[in-house]
Amino acid sequence: MTLNSNCPTGPIEKRWEKRRFEMKLVNPANKRKYNVIVVGSGLAGASAAASLGELGYNVQCFCYQDSPRRAHSIAAQGGINAAKNYTNDGDSIFRLFYDTVKGGDFRARESNVYRLAEVSVDIIDQCTAQGVPFAREYGGLLANRSFGGAQVSRTFYARGQTGQQLLIGAYQALARQIAAGTVKMSCRSEMLELIVVDGVARGIVTRDMVTGKIEAHVADAVALCTGGYGNVFYLSTNAKGCNAMALWRAHKKGAFLANPCFTQIHPTCIPVKGEYQSKLTLMSESLRNDGRVWVPKDGKDSGKPVFDIPENARDYYLERRYPAFGNLVPRDIASRAAKQVCDDGRGVGPGGLGVYLDFADSIKRLGRKTIEERYGNLFDMYHHITDENPYEVPMRIYPAVHYTMGGLWVDYDLMSTVPGLFVGGEANFSDHGANRLGASALMQGLADGYFVLPYTIGHYLGQRAAGGVKLDHPEVKAAKKSVEERVQKLLDIGGSRSPDSFHRELGLLCWEHCGMARNKAGLEKALARIPELRAEFWQDLRVVGSGEELNQELERAGRVADALEFAELMVRDALHREESCGGHFREESQTPEGEAMRDDERYCYVAAWAHQGVDAEPVLHKEPLSFEYVKLTQRSYK
Amino acid sequence: MRVFLQVWRQKNGQSKGRFERYEASDISPDMSLLEMLDVVNEGLVQKNEAPIAFDHDCREGICGMCGLVINGVPHGSEGGATTCQLHMRKFRDGDEIWIEPFRAKAFPVLRDCVVDRTALDRIIQAGGFISVRTGAAPDANQILVPKEDADLAMDAAACIGCGACVAACPNASAMLFTAAKLSHLGLLPQGQPERYSRALAMVKQMDAEGFGACTNHEECEAVCPKEVSIDFIARMNRDFAKAAATFRPPKARGGGD
Repeated sequence: MTLNSNCPTGPIEKRWEKRRFEMKLVNPANKRKYNVIVVGSGLAGASAAASLGELGYNVQCFCYQDSPRRAHSIAAQGGINAAKNYTNDGDSIFRLFYDTVKGGDFRARESNVYRLAEVSVDIIDQCTAQGVPFAREYGGLLANRSFGGAQVSRTFYARGQTGQQLLIGAYQALARQIAAGTVKMSCRSEMLELIVVDGVARGIVTRDMVTGKIEAHVADAVALCTGGYGNVFYLSTNAKGCNAMALWRAHKKGAFLANPCFTQIHPTCIPVKGEYQSKLTLMSESLRNDGRVWVPKDGKDSGKPVFDIPENARDYYLERRYPAFGNLVPRDIASRAAKQVCDDGRGVGPGGLGVYLDFADSIKRLGRKTIEERYGNLFDMYHHITDENPYEVPMRIYPAVHYTMGGLWVDYDLMSTVPGLFVGGEANFSDHGANRLGASALMQGLADGYFVLPYTIGHYLGQRAAGGVKLDHPEVKAAKKSVEERVQKLLDIGGSRSPDSFHRELGLLCWEHCGMARNKAGLEKALARIPELRAEFWQDLRVVGSGEELNQELERAGRVADALEFAELMVRDALHREESCGGHFREESQTPEGEAMRDDERYCYVAAWAHQGVDAEPVLHKEPLSFEYVKLTQRSYK
Repeated sequence: MRVFLQVWRQKNGQSKGRFERYEASDISPDMSLLEMLDVVNEGLVQKNEAPIAFDHDCREGICGMCGLVINGVPHGSEGGATTCQLHMRKFRDGDEIWIEPFRAKAFPVLRDCVVDRTALDRIIQAGGFISVRTGAAPDANQILVPKEDADLAMDAAACIGCGACVAACPNASAMLFTAAKLSHLGLLPQGQPERYSRALAMVKQMDAEGFGACTNHEECEAVCPKEVSIDFIARMNRDFAKAAATFRPPKARGGGD
């Protein structure tokens, strides 16, 4: 099978316009005859469901939380990028496009990224009109800040709660459609299978997490907006419920998974404290605008109280190594630099796994009030968790798994290799290459949901008649039966270990061998161990209770079962890609200064994997990447 | 440290609940309360007993999913924090901790400490939005919003919809929740066209769901993890009074030529 990205040709700035004009349209009176299923209610899912409902399609939206307003997009703190150039500092659509391609270390598709930059301006208009309370200047205009490695101020924000406010905007748009009857919302409902009929996505199977009822739903198109797979690592900044199940189910039904080894380790998180740790908390990257990152020059000083380390004994290593970008280098670089100084024995705090993020200079320069205005809620959050006051002592931070750039392979229309299955937001692989820039996830989620999927799903539906598959179709019944059997199988094992205990073990294995730095030996070790762990899981799992009730252990068990398969593919992808790029750092491929070294000769492609069975090797398909507008160069932030 | 728990256990919405006592030992003061419950649950699984069901998701105080009443106070007595942000260092060795679900007629218990809060979603669906079509928005900077108004709207918009305000109120009133949304949207120029119809619709839904009325106990503000002010309730009452006095039902005007 050849992968066709289906990108329009011609000048890049005209491609999206051209594609939209070529699209088939559905007569307004016919739209309600088409059923569309949207799984997930985060930025991508809620905005897609709301926009599709508003267009007149008959939409069903599902989420596992008790309300669509809870999806983990809500936790994004820093902001959302848009090429508005309101600050007159030289920004443009082309510059945002350029920065995103370069920031992604040349592993994303130019056409997709350009479209993202192009619609970024519409997102801000849309959200403002919805009443998202973005930060304002005294004159009443929108405020901007520079964020996460950008040299222009193109980030819009709402205190430290930008994700929350954008999600509430999308949630309210969704609520409006629910009230209008165009969207039927099912909460506390988990997708456990994709229904494929004659090679085309025709529905999903869900489990009602309160009653345990397993139900099939059929549709004319399915959109997965189910987020990333960071929780494969167990400890991550994701919400506890985030999981890779929908992605993995779709993958097993024929959707290719692309670049799963591209995982983002966020540099500024609160360090791990103990074995009981259930998740990690991110401190917004915006803190690096005013905080200075340092460790002692000498490892002997690491254990000393912070104020006993004089100025001349401190190493502001980001400012030293990257004078042009300083503390604002992109995430992958900041994370690796933190790991290196800790590996050198210069880390601070318990276990030596931490670096200081110090606001003393900024507080002196700007005053405590300004710092409070900019980061008040983040400082409070840090204080709650650590019991230390960051206005007085420097924060301690360490990198943690945060975002996953890899995901289901999609073409320019965000359709996967299974026709009728669309994928939006973090769940797809498309726009961030090997590293996502700060404030770009919110942009992509909303771009996909408000401005891309409503067009491309319409185009797909416009080419076929509505309906045709009913609940009594043999494939639908078979999919439902397979879910029932699987749930029962999990309940019947009757072993001794909880789902979480397997999950922790898997997470540690992935973090050690497929985390911030990877090498052949370690990856091979993980690749050998994961199938063993999976076998242990299916022999020794214990799920207390039944399937016909609210059973959180059963929910976890299903997710961990899939994570145990997903992790293997992630490790395999990392092993095959013998280059360093973005978040994927192969120790074998680095410059003499220890910087990541890409290998464009051999790896300038998207690695899209086709499933062949749980214990069979997947088949690799390559989508070559070509760069017409941004010249392939080694990334440098010196 | 070691603590003793009295936890509300209830098999489902139809059965009767009761408190069960558990011991939690080897607890680190750095653990969050929910991490302590994870440890207790792991122990229950080892004994083949059903673990305690409780809602949680982001575990960083923003999604609004967690919500336990701890020693009689929704989200515990930390102030300005959600249940997941409460840490064991706030308790003493040997403490007896009472843990139960948010209680209100409009929040039926589903299991143990898990309740159904979809009533809050239905209040939003009644009118808690600005009607704007995707793609129809003017340039964002064409709408000027004075910084003071934007900041105040943000204060209201900070509500995470957890429902602690309802659980804390002796009347199980959802007025802080409803007022926060009405104020967020009503303070902004974009929210003006639907300001009064929104107030009528949301208040009507709030009453229909079985939430009580505000009688100024101020417990809601005290437990709100985002410290949303009850001043917004006064604002809501003003908008509602004006709306009720001036409301004209819309006439159907269809057709065209």
